[in-house]
Amino acid sequence: MSAPILGPGFNALFYKECLRFWKVAFQTIVAPVVTTLLYLLIFSHVLESNVKVYDGRVSYTSFLIPGLVMMAVLQNAFANSSSSLIQSKMMRSIIFILLPPITSLEIFCAYVFGAMVRGLCVGLGVWLITFPFVGAAAAVPQQPLWALAFAACGSAIMGTLGLIAGIWSEKFDHLAVFQNFIIMPLTFLSGVFYSIHSLPAFWQSLSHFNPIFYMIDGFRYGFFGIADVSPWRSLAVVAFFVIALSIIAMRMIASGYKLRQ
Amino acid sequence: MNPVSNKTAAVNVDDVCKSYPNVRALNHVSLRVEQGEFFALLGPNGAGKTTLISILAGLTRADSGHAAIMGHDTIADYRDARKNLGVVPQELVYDPFFSVRETLRFQARYYGVPKPDAWIDEILHNLDLTGKANENMRSLSGGMKRRVLVGQALVHKPPVIVLDEPTAGVDVELRQNLWTFIKRLNGEGHTIILTTHYLEEAEALCNRVAMLKNGEIVALDTTANLLRGMSGITVQISADTTPVSWAPRSSAQASGAFGFTLSGYAELESLLAAFREANIAIRELKLGEADLERAFLKLTSHTAVAA
Repeated sequence: MSAPILGPGFNALFYKECLRFWKVAFQTIVAPVVTTLLYLLIFSHVLESNVKVYDGRVSYTSFLIPGLVMMAVLQNAFANSSSSLIQSKMMRSIIFILLPPITSLEIFCAYVFGAMVRGLCVGLGVWLITFPFVGAAAAVPQQPLWALAFAACGSAIMGTLGLIAGIWSEKFDHLAVFQNFIIMPLTFLSGVFYSIHSLPAFWQSLSHFNPIFYMIDGFRYGFFGIADVSPWRSLAVVAFFVIALSIIAMRMIASGYKLRQ
Repeated sequence: MNPVSNKTAAVNVDDVCKSYPNVRALNHVSLRVEQGEFFALLGPNGAGKTTLISILAGLTRADSGHAAIMGHDTIADYRDARKNLGVVPQELVYDPFFSVRETLRFQARYYGVPKPDAWIDEILHNLDLTGKANENMRSLSGGMKRRVLVGQALVHKPPVIVLDEPTAGVDVELRQNLWTFIKRLNGEGHTIILTTHYLEEAEALCNRVAMLKNGEIVALDTTANLLRGMSGITVQISADTTPVSWAPRSSAQASGAFGFTLSGYAELESLLAAFREANIAIRELKLGEADLERAFLKLTSHTAVAA
């Protein structure tokens, strides 16, 4: 009988990754939920009566909620894998993962799945806490499979990107550059707070080069059945990034890039 | 004598080279450690010991040559090679999120040990950590963290155990407990490879010794043979002068005494007779026997001169 693709090394590392963030859940789950709630309170209060989205078919607060949920999912998925890896590299405890017979695929999957679990936990928390703002009926996705597919793919992409960033970074400063100059601008300029149809033509075109735009737009389609671009096109773009980034991350781990000398 | 046998070597290093920018860390190193040996890897700082261990553990890739653990190549057959190896790293590293027991459980499960708790309890007992099992790693002293590292290396019961400076920072009593435990494991058939700065530990524990300097093996022999090579004795004599016939063989010591290296106690009698005949009063006499430290210093200083 051949060995399973993901063996006990994966199970242990995946569980460790989940337990790691769960032990500091106040910092890793509760705090981002509260921060996202503040965004919702401020933006919905200021813009609800001033901004029309999807030709007025959806209220601004309802529109904002999926964007904020997805933003929380993406940022926390990235934070989990990147911080876990850079911490273990800086403290040199990465040796405990490099010494055992864990395959590159197992290491990759454990970090990415751990990141997805944290991202989705925070997203779930944000989603539940928004019920009082729009009512449970309005908060439930009309097409939950689309919403789930984009949440899963989006968190996988950002978990993988966090893994790449964690491997590439040699100090916390490098990771901060990655986070503040790449992830944060791409997230904020992806249509979390607005529909790209409200932008001038140039910025609308530019938004189509932002992969996070497709994650959020596709996720929003799951809620309202309305989106700025076709959900199939968004899914194709997202799937491409899942595959491309996974190949890059796997090659980095397998070659021992910045992990083994 | 190198106890080569037909059994698969516990560790086989074949013509391994490794360079870092501006440093040749290992230069065509070959060595074979048999199963069940208690083997010492000695050398000054920067000799290449940790690089060699890292290559065995798969943490570093050799530029050329091969290394194998229990017959499994560390690159081509890395999973089986790593299953057969436990490493206590030199650096005091730990994951601050977890307790001692969690740390050991995770390490056991990385290796696929299905029910590790009974063995973990035994390890904790032998390393005197039972009372700390549920404490967070951050709260442990340096010596305790070092012992957890030893536990992590043993948790999957590997046939080959590499201990890179395992007793650094561990107090004397616990060091003795640790060695008793390691000796027991060796007695049960585990191969132990040890690097240490405490040469008396290597002398007392190890059957065979390799000495590294500047990335090359300068001595590889049984501990007994190395000591036999140093079978002479050293004598320090405090006196106003030294007999003329012995002057070429004397060396001035920092303490003002004269130092002599003799082939054995028979020659000591001749030396003392020369002092008597020359009517030179001896104020103080100190004898030193052969030990691994002298062998180590002799071999490493010799190659330094040769270089």
